[in-house]
Amino acid sequence: MISFLQIDLPALLVGTLAALVCALIGNFLVLTRQSMLGDAMGHVVLPGIVIAFVLAGTTATWVMLAGAFAAALFSALLVEFLRRATRIEASAALGYVFTAMFALGVLLLEQSGVARTTFDVHHILYGNVETAIWPAATGFSSLFDATALASLPPQLGRLVFGLAVVALIVVLLFKELRIVSFDPDFARTVGIPPQLIGAVVVSLAALAAVVSLSAVGVILLVAMMVCPPATARMLTDDLKTQVWLSLLFALASGVLGYAAAVLLPLAFGYEISLGAAGTIAVIAGLFQLFAMLFGPKRGLPKTV
Amino acid sequence: MAELHPLLKVLLLQAGYNTIVVMLGAAALGAATGIVGVFALLRRRALVADAVAHATLPGVALGFIAAVALGFSGRNLSFLLAGAALTAVLATLSIQWIANRTRLTEDTAIASVLATFFALGIVLLTVIQTLKTGGQAGLDIYLLGATAGMLREEAILLALFSLLAAAIVALLFKELTLISFDADYARAHGFPVRLLDLAILGLVLVVIVIGLRIVGLVLIVALLITPPAAARFWTDHTGRMTIVSAAIGAFSAYFGAAISAIRPDTPTGAVIVLVAFALLLVSVFFGAARGIVVRAIGARRLRGAS
Repeated sequence: MISFLQIDLPALLVGTLAALVCALIGNFLVLTRQSMLGDAMGHVVLPGIVIAFVLAGTTATWVMLAGAFAAALFSALLVEFLRRATRIEASAALGYVFTAMFALGVLLLEQSGVARTTFDVHHILYGNVETAIWPAATGFSSLFDATALASLPPQLGRLVFGLAVVALIVVLLFKELRIVSFDPDFARTVGIPPQLIGAVVVSLAALAAVVSLSAVGVILLVAMMVCPPATARMLTDDLKTQVWLSLLFALASGVLGYAAAVLLPLAFGYEISLGAAGTIAVIAGLFQLFAMLFGPKRGLPKTV
Repeated sequence: MAELHPLLKVLLLQAGYNTIVVMLGAAALGAATGIVGVFALLRRRALVADAVAHATLPGVALGFIAAVALGFSGRNLSFLLAGAALTAVLATLSIQWIANRTRLTEDTAIASVLATFFALGIVLLTVIQTLKTGGQAGLDIYLLGATAGMLREEAILLALFSLLAAAIVALLFKELTLISFDADYARAHGFPVRLLDLAILGLVLVVIVIGLRIVGLVLIVALLITPPAAARFWTDHTGRMTIVSAAIGAFSAYFGAAISAIRPDTPTGAVIVLVAFALLLVSVFFGAARGIVVRAIGARRLRGAS
């Protein structure tokens, strides 16, 4: 039981919270044809996080956030500059900026010696849900013990903060987000600026990316921004229902995926371990596959 | 004579036969991606290529498992690349099925296929890492690329496939150019546009798979799309653009391979991509056809004349 509290509970919480925050904002990315934004975000913030860490020498939340936002902003400006200068479609401009930024991040990691001590490039790629541990837990009483709770892994606090901010803004701006996602022209006629709302969505996606990246890695973040919302979209036309369903699928993927990572090898009697970030994302993909095959709303006309 | 700087020595092909073969193999690969990339970029396949590249990971892992199960070395390049090609094709078909048969848009299809396939690859890699067999450490290099430990035969194999890809583009050059600029016109004149698009996708697949060893699957898409983007600043003529793009791709890969010859622990793919991106920035400013500087001078001349 104690090992559950020390090892499984924090990892389960980290995986599930990251799934929830990414899925929530992912709904609006999927509707506005920006599904690859999560992928781009996950790549471009890496050099920002590394530089911020090297400069400040700490992984405090605000340092990570500042570095990541600086990198995201720099990349956005670079994409815009290249898109105008090269007159090549935006997705290609995005493509060469995010690969170059990620390459820079990888080299900085290797050269600065940060690798192996604080983050590892393989953790960023594969995910590292399992590194969230809570050694201070001694029993269920620890759940109510302030000193033990204070030593919960820091990425948990970042994820809770990110989820709270994203949820709050989505609730407050739900009407605007719905109108802009489905009909930006109509939004303009009723006095809602689509660009401003679009910028809010991108900023929230950046926040979700930053709090998840160092906790679970790029791939879980990309999977969660797309798969649960896409799954939900195969089941309903109503946005509110879609958002709730996507959160449900994110939660289910987090719990089932983590359980699969821990229990599947045991069930087959092998001495192996599965990466939980991978299993969570695969479960989310399987949900989407079933929804695409059998969902009631899977094949309606693409004009939304 | 003073001792040459180690990097210069490697760049000038004075670093031993094996290194030379590997560097020339890398250059051939860079040229092939530069050539194929021109059409991938013009036909808007950049993001599909990225998804397909990431989708090779489960294939590499399955290739490793199959090789070990059949009693070969897990690092047998043929098994790994065959596996990679298999899941890359599967991913391409999945993207097309999702985009055509469900109401999800293409970007969502691309992102979800990329994430799910890559995640499956991660799960398989973690399985492999706990298997009681040697060589699994070697699989890491397929993520970010490496030239360290590369065999001469491997480099020659990559170079041959690169030449093959370049030869196919040369044969179909007129048709590919036509569908890239005016698909409707090509269709009206009876060109098999779907088939040619499929050919482009097939070539993208080939260069991605052969690029895995040196550039890695995370960044290979950059070597496809960055050189042609840079080449556009030097010429408006598609033929010349393809040649410039090939040269930029070849130089980037050659340079990256040289760096990793003197610093084997540096991920080769990251260096290659940064070199290509630096060349893109240089081209944006100083390119002879559309560079910012050239255009500014042109605009001043125009004002001076009036």
